[in-house]
Amino acid sequence: MSAEKKLVGYLCTGCGIGDRLDAKQLLSTAKREGKLQECKQHEMLCNAEGVKMIKDDITEGATHIMIAACSRRAKVEAFNFPEAAMTRANLREGVIWVRPATDENGETTQEMAEDYIRMACAELRTINKPSSSGEQSLNKNILVVGGGVTGMTASLEAAAAGYPVTLVEKSGALGGHAALLHKRVPHRAAAIGTTNSRTADLPQPVDNNVAELITRIESAGNISVQLNSTVAKTSGAPGRFSVEIATASGPTISADFGAIIQASGFKPYDAGQLGEFAYGASPDVVTNLELEQLAKEAGNGPIRRPSDGKEVQSVAFIQCAGQRSEREAHLPYCSGFCCTTSIKQAIYFKDQNPGCDATILFDDLRTPGAAGEDFYRAGQQKMVTFSKGKATEVVPGSSLLVRFQDLILNEATEITCDLVVLATGIVANSGPDPYAQLAFDEAAEGSSEKETLRKALEVAPPSILNLSYRQGTDLPHLRHGFTDSHFICFPYETRRTGIYAAGPVRRPMDIQQAMDDAAGAAMKAIQAVENAGLGRAAHPRSGDLSFPSFRKEGCTQCKRCTVECPFGAINEDDKGYPLYNEARCRRCGTCMGACPVRVISFENYSVESVNQQIKNCNIPDEFAEKPRVLVFACENDAYPALDQASMSGRELTPWARVIPVRCLGSINLSWITDSLNSGYDGVVLMGCRRDDDYQCHFVRGSAIAAERMSKVGDTLSSLNLEPERVALYEVAITDIERAPKLINDMADTIARIGQSPFKF
Amino acid sequence: MSDLNQNMIEKYRNSFLKEVEANVEEGEWVKMCMQCGVCSGSCPLGKHWAHPPQEIFMMIRAGQREAVLSSDAMWMCTSCYNCIVRCPRELPITHIMHGLAHYARRLGLAPKGQPTMAFAQIFWDNMMKAGRVNELKLGLSLYYKDGFVQGIKNSLANMKLGQNMIKAKRMNAVEFFGGHGVKDVSGLQKMIRKAQELEDARIAKYGK
Amino acid sequence: MAKREYSFYPGCSSQKGASSSNYLVSVQTMCEELDIKLNEIPDWNCCAASIGYGGGGVLPRLALSARNIALSEQHNAGQDIVATCAACWLATREAAERFHHDGALMAEASQALAEAGLKLNNATPIKHMAEVLVEDIGYAEIGSKVKKPLEGLKIAGYVGCQTNRPFGIAGESYENPLYLDRLVETLGAESIPTYEKKVQCCGGALAFSEPEKSQEMIKGIIEAAYDHGADMIVTPCPLCQANVEIYQDQINSTYGTKFKMPVVYYSSLMAVAFGRSAKDAALDGQVVSAKQLEEIAKK
Repeated sequence: MSAEKKLVGYLCTGCGIGDRLDAKQLLSTAKREGKLQECKQHEMLCNAEGVKMIKDDITEGATHIMIAACSRRAKVEAFNFPEAAMTRANLREGVIWVRPATDENGETTQEMAEDYIRMACAELRTINKPSSSGEQSLNKNILVVGGGVTGMTASLEAAAAGYPVTLVEKSGALGGHAALLHKRVPHRAAAIGTTNSRTADLPQPVDNNVAELITRIESAGNISVQLNSTVAKTSGAPGRFSVEIATASGPTISADFGAIIQASGFKPYDAGQLGEFAYGASPDVVTNLELEQLAKEAGNGPIRRPSDGKEVQSVAFIQCAGQRSEREAHLPYCSGFCCTTSIKQAIYFKDQNPGCDATILFDDLRTPGAAGEDFYRAGQQKMVTFSKGKATEVVPGSSLLVRFQDLILNEATEITCDLVVLATGIVANSGPDPYAQLAFDEAAEGSSEKETLRKALEVAPPSILNLSYRQGTDLPHLRHGFTDSHFICFPYETRRTGIYAAGPVRRPMDIQQAMDDAAGAAMKAIQAVENAGLGRAAHPRSGDLSFPSFRKEGCTQCKRCTVECPFGAINEDDKGYPLYNEARCRRCGTCMGACPVRVISFENYSVESVNQQIKNCNIPDEFAEKPRVLVFACENDAYPALDQASMSGRELTPWARVIPVRCLGSINLSWITDSLNSGYDGVVLMGCRRDDDYQCHFVRGSAIAAERMSKVGDTLSSLNLEPERVALYEVAITDIERAPKLINDMADTIARIGQSPFKF
Repeated sequence: MSDLNQNMIEKYRNSFLKEVEANVEEGEWVKMCMQCGVCSGSCPLGKHWAHPPQEIFMMIRAGQREAVLSSDAMWMCTSCYNCIVRCPRELPITHIMHGLAHYARRLGLAPKGQPTMAFAQIFWDNMMKAGRVNELKLGLSLYYKDGFVQGIKNSLANMKLGQNMIKAKRMNAVEFFGGHGVKDVSGLQKMIRKAQELEDARIAKYGK
Repeated sequence: MAKREYSFYPGCSSQKGASSSNYLVSVQTMCEELDIKLNEIPDWNCCAASIGYGGGGVLPRLALSARNIALSEQHNAGQDIVATCAACWLATREAAERFHHDGALMAEASQALAEAGLKLNNATPIKHMAEVLVEDIGYAEIGSKVKKPLEGLKIAGYVGCQTNRPFGIAGESYENPLYLDRLVETLGAESIPTYEKKVQCCGGALAFSEPEKSQEMIKGIIEAAYDHGADMIVTPCPLCQANVEIYQDQINSTYGTKFKMPVVYYSSLMAVAFGRSAKDAALDGQVVSAKQLEEIAKK
């Protein structure tokens, strides 16, 4: 925060801006109304000469610069000046490209441009160049929780990149479930050019590589393995996690880590729920995991059935046993590995005895992975019978009777066999849902709600990370107990910065996918360590140095910020004041949007910085008949969608004034009331999809904004304004036609219901 | 039912799929079907198949031997090869259907009086006489395959067609007396006999 | 000497007095104009077509094609075999490929062939006449021979099944081959590349054994041509030609339609476009006469 602020503006007249707009007038507006000390004009600001001009000015003392040119999303490499605070007035995508170049539109187009100049200058006056908080610390040690294939792979990847690893495993041995397998499903596809011929050389089951992974862990040098150990407590933030590791025998170990990878894997589904398939009633009905044990015992000899040790001559595999079913105690989802596992196991039988009948009863055969389809063909080659049918019942006996509905021939039918294998699925081995505990804590004592929550908590699994966070002990869930992460854009990022989930705790997957997942999580953990060392944000505002701070004297300890932060970044002190952990923060501003007393701000983004933009846009009086539509557009999806729309020549109403926001979650309700009070005729909010299949880059920001906006109706009615004047939309980055249309629709609505009565 | 049929039943008591693999043209491909149903959807006469190809493949795996071999489904194949070029698994479906039909006929299980089967036999016999097809006799044999009275009816029904063809010089009554043929008929017939012998032996061997 | 020579397999239906004898006449005219010499395979036999599966088994059926290839290799050594009939081409080429892939089958076929005193090398390319036109000669050369462009004619290119599948012509798509349309354009007529029935089955041999089922499909083929405003249908396959042309009367009486759609061979179109007479183009062999072509031929 320099005492001597020097504000300089730059107007680019390239790309047609100079032809369409009155540059002289714009320069004058920037200086007189925008209060810039200086404003320069350049015919192509993004070229080397233009960039050099700005750099020289900064060297000579310019602290704040305003660039009036193209969208803030364009020319980011050229207009990259970390030494100064910067705002951008979007005259190209925001004005000239969305307005027709006709004489009758000249006036409103110029007015649009001048407003954007005023707004950019006003914003510039309220912000400062961000610098890191000083909280940052570099700690290259990485904690990996879980010693299965995922955890071991993550450890090896991080260690190979030079980041020392501590691997905590609760059991007495590394390897997890994968160690129990006789063989692995292949992960390499057939050679290029392999046809579909019945004699093609196709991938076969491969040797289990768990022992090799364990050997590599042991010889790595910078991996410390803690067996029979669990994480007793985790506090801190990326770069400075402080962890207590409880060991079965001996003292608790305390250690600090830069980042954490949670690879706690899965628990096998409880087949005891599958009475209809005679599990438990007949020892010859086994799960896919139990079959691995039988195969291991058999070595390369014949697999014998448990009841009487008879060599299995016929075996039936029931796919989706207790899965992909809405029935109670069944798993509603596909576990992703069971189809290829059954193919592999059928091949165990066929390889040992080609005369053994192996039938796979499937509804939809799903064979993910590079080798999946080839492996399916390999099973067919070996005469495994694939029957599209849904098993309904297994009747126990010396020979098992499997009843099923043949879905191709559309008839109820049956087969008999010596052994039945149930292709059962997996349940995420995650910690308790942190929000369940919070909801319980906050529910009124003695209420029925509290009782329900208490019962749910009783069956909750034990904590895995024991986070001492305001928002609970473990990673938040999305569905079915799997940890929440942004599925499409950044799958390993959980809602706890610096803690990465990998493997089947994140979603159902097979060994190869878990290994790929582990490598991804290790890379993200390394990135988190390095960012934390520099005080920079992680995804999606990676590299951002700004961080939220609050004015303690104004704070009312209402706790909204500590409760609503999607990333659990804010703890509370004894008195209930927020305790920020900058390294956990993703810089979305949801806390800023939450604060009723507006005391939370970033150096370069604050309630005031947006308020000044709102205020400095000209509101013509009602007789001018020039309404104003204020648009808050999420910078991640809605704003780029508008840019794209502009590039493809779609028109936008000349009444629109668009303000990009970090996330809809950062929108403070005061912005809406203030703008309506000051004569704006309509407000449009554009954020990302917010349901379980959310697109919000900050996971919950958009959803929280929608909750807050549900109360905006009260504000409107207290102002005696029509509810249509405020509209909230989910906009995807692909909504190129729809995004401008939504804004134009608001202009039409205003034309219908009339201008705001609050114009002065 | 033929002895061969009984032998086959004995030998492949358990697996019709294995029987098809061993004895049916391109039968080894049946196991590679992935039940997508593109063949059934691509067949121009699909709606007339009691069991479209996808179902036939499933029935083979389900061991429904009798139902498959006595079905007239395969005889609906027009040899358009649509299923072959569209099958994502590259199964020679047309040939498998031909093979199943032929195998059913060989075992005496094909439906009696199936018109395409009858025509196919007439065609084969007609061709074997002189080494080339005699279209006139082929047509007449087909018309008269169900007896003299039906033959007259069929001929009358198709009279205009025949007249048109004669007028266009694309049918010739002279063909009834001799007609075209190869010179080395005996060599050709010897060759076919040998081929038949070899094939019968191969199947009989499996059928033991 | 002719520019190109081929070992020619005419097939049963092209013989004098048989159902596609007109095809052979027009092909001969076309080849004269294109300087192609066709050397008939001496004493060729029937290929058994596809319907042969019912009577003969695999080996007897393939042995028939083996004999033709062997005769061609013996008498027309070094010449590619060319067939004008789709079934002849398919059966022969299919047999050759099966022998290539299956040594045991080849051995058995050789044993059978020995009975007729023949030997199979199985090294001869087997082509359809359409491949000769499109790949060996090319549209440019064909276009250069056009003396009477077929102006004003709109022609639906009906490719059918066996000229198209499973081998295809010139690597074209199975679902929408365009070579026939290009050929029509080359001859100066208007083509209908979007003709949706161009690869629809006409019923093939089942036109004899299952006439109702087949005629239902044939009706669709003709109807679609009318819908596109076609003056006539052109086809490269003798069975397609016969099935689509000669049952129109019966279809009309079954369905109450008024079809009178000429169905001609590409070779007839070419003969006329090359300036030859209606007789040389074998237009007298039409059951539904192609009057517009006759008029162009008369000019």
